[in-house]
Amino acid sequence: MTEQPFLRVNDLHVEFPTEDGLVRAVDGVSFDLRKGETLAVVGESGSGKSVTSQAIMGLINRRAATITGQVLLDGDDLITLSEDEVRARRGRRMAMIFQDPMSSLHPFYRIGDQLIEAVRVHNKVSKAEARNRAIEMLQKVGIPAAAQRVDDYPHQLSGGMRQRVMIAMALINDPELLIADEPTTALDVTVQAQIIELINELQAEFNTAVIIITHDLGVVADIADQVVVMYGGRVVESGALHDIYYRPEMPYTLGLLASVPRLDQDRSDRLDPIPGNPPSLISLPAGCVFCPRCVYQENVYGDACLTTRPELLDAAPGHRVRCHIPSERRKEIAQEALRVLAGEGK
Amino acid sequence: MGVYVIKRILIMILLLLLITFVTFLLFNALPADVARLTCGKTCTDQTLELNRIRLGLDQNVLMQFWQFFKGIFVGRTYTGGGSVIECPAPCLGYSFVRNEPVLGMIGARLPATIFLALGAFILFLSIGISLGVYSALRRGKLQDKTVMGISLVGYSLPSFFIGLILIFFVVLKWKLLPFPSYVQPWENPVKFLQTMALPWIVLSILYATFYTRLTRSQMLETLGEDFIRTARAKGLSESVVIRKHALRAGLTPIVTAAGLDLAGLLGGAVITESIFSLPGIGAMSVSAVTNPDQAVLIAITLMTATFIIVANLIVDILYAAIDPRVRLT
Repeated sequence: MTEQPFLRVNDLHVEFPTEDGLVRAVDGVSFDLRKGETLAVVGESGSGKSVTSQAIMGLINRRAATITGQVLLDGDDLITLSEDEVRARRGRRMAMIFQDPMSSLHPFYRIGDQLIEAVRVHNKVSKAEARNRAIEMLQKVGIPAAAQRVDDYPHQLSGGMRQRVMIAMALINDPELLIADEPTTALDVTVQAQIIELINELQAEFNTAVIIITHDLGVVADIADQVVVMYGGRVVESGALHDIYYRPEMPYTLGLLASVPRLDQDRSDRLDPIPGNPPSLISLPAGCVFCPRCVYQENVYGDACLTTRPELLDAAPGHRVRCHIPSERRKEIAQEALRVLAGEGK
Repeated sequence: MGVYVIKRILIMILLLLLITFVTFLLFNALPADVARLTCGKTCTDQTLELNRIRLGLDQNVLMQFWQFFKGIFVGRTYTGGGSVIECPAPCLGYSFVRNEPVLGMIGARLPATIFLALGAFILFLSIGISLGVYSALRRGKLQDKTVMGISLVGYSLPSFFIGLILIFFVVLKWKLLPFPSYVQPWENPVKFLQTMALPWIVLSILYATFYTRLTRSQMLETLGEDFIRTARAKGLSESVVIRKHALRAGLTPIVTAAGLDLAGLLGGAVITESIFSLPGIGAMSVSAVTNPDQAVLIAITLMTATFIIVANLIVDILYAAIDPRVRLT
């Protein structure tokens, strides 16, 4: 653990000025990631998880947004590097796959040409060499008859196959960081598991650092080492996988866990959604951002929830929580909630 | 693909037949008596009747149509009125106003129109697409608003206004160019360019404004697509992202519009040709209307229709070349 993390995100802020006001899409996000590790970023739509990942990749137009903080990729701060320097790293040292494989590939170009393009942006190699690399990579991601499929157009492939092509394209230059933004959301359930398995295998083979962005806690359990839970543009809880699953403390995390369907539950039991809607990122509540939806807020003395922003504090080594509820009480609430989830006393 | 093209060409021929027939019906319904118009000043009832027979106007529309149609393949002989007039195949009719076969008249007028259309086409497409991309990339900024404002003004100005203003300032007041008088480019290239410059500019202003707006909206749409984000994530430079990925994806409607516009221009830019006294198809149709010449009008209508139909076919084939998802069947 003395090794310097490959990626360090430090107090990242992303703000978009709009006609309705300033949108604080990402508000002080920090985390570390080592090679070979997988970090899951979890949260609802609008929690800032996608913007965080795009800010790391440098995919947010610097003229359209104010980005501050640090994104240290192997020691280099991507926020202060020039756009050309960031671009030279994009697709080579860090790569990204996206939610919708149907629309993420260019419909007018053969997948082979799109892969060859990805190789040749960063490597001075002949078209033939790049094509061989493309076929090799397509085989690696499990595309049957890759030597023939390389000349297919995206519309000739199924959704799962297209996501495999996206993964092949992302990993073709052997990047050290892979960001997967909801890679399975648009796919069939059976295909989802295959894609997650594929990412896992390739990560082990290439020792890649992986950030997986998802709202699917089932996926998280399969793949993550570390988990960051985001809400309203900020981190509300972070820790190792077992911290989040077995010792969660933040009420929002409890809410997420409660909204996962379970097969072992009686079908008459309805899912417990978190009441209310995510906050508007333009007019965030003055106190705890989650407060308006929190069912445990009476456990906080006074009106701190409404007036004071809670800090992200260590609850245990490596486990950080942003909540006003006293630590002991939080643990009691969480254990009680987990017992209910496990199907007792409901 | 081959089968598709053959099928389309067959349909095209049928369509042209239909258009010819409808054109005949329309001109037949006109109140003007063509026989009288071609009769001359000293017109007696006898010559009028002979004229009518010579023009085939004594027969019903179907027969007239058949004569015309047959003439295209085997030529046509107009008899009656003492003289015999030969119109060799392919005969698109005979102008009794000008006393020559229509085909030759069109042949003499076509170069000016083709040069005007092609020159303007290249100009307005390159200007329109570049400005559209430029505008889209600076969306909402001052440059974008300026380009959009100017293009709106340009789009609203009628061509005769732009043409006359240009002649007034460039030719008459500043004497930058000689007064337009058309020569074929192989006779005097410099004079040709001097004459064509202003008409090209007029048509470019007229059409480029439309293509600027079209390209801008297409670019704004495609720049928001997921595959553009993918292209950026690969580490491609912004210019490759725009040219190779965004513009290519937004090209289809531009190709459609451009194909039809080119076909339309080849059918004669009536106003522009008239203002700059270019001896083109457009100017010829104007004189064929004011000095009624049915044969010429029918031939021009047919020619323009053919251009449009052929352009449509080419556009459809280009579609398939641009977008692999389009299947030609």
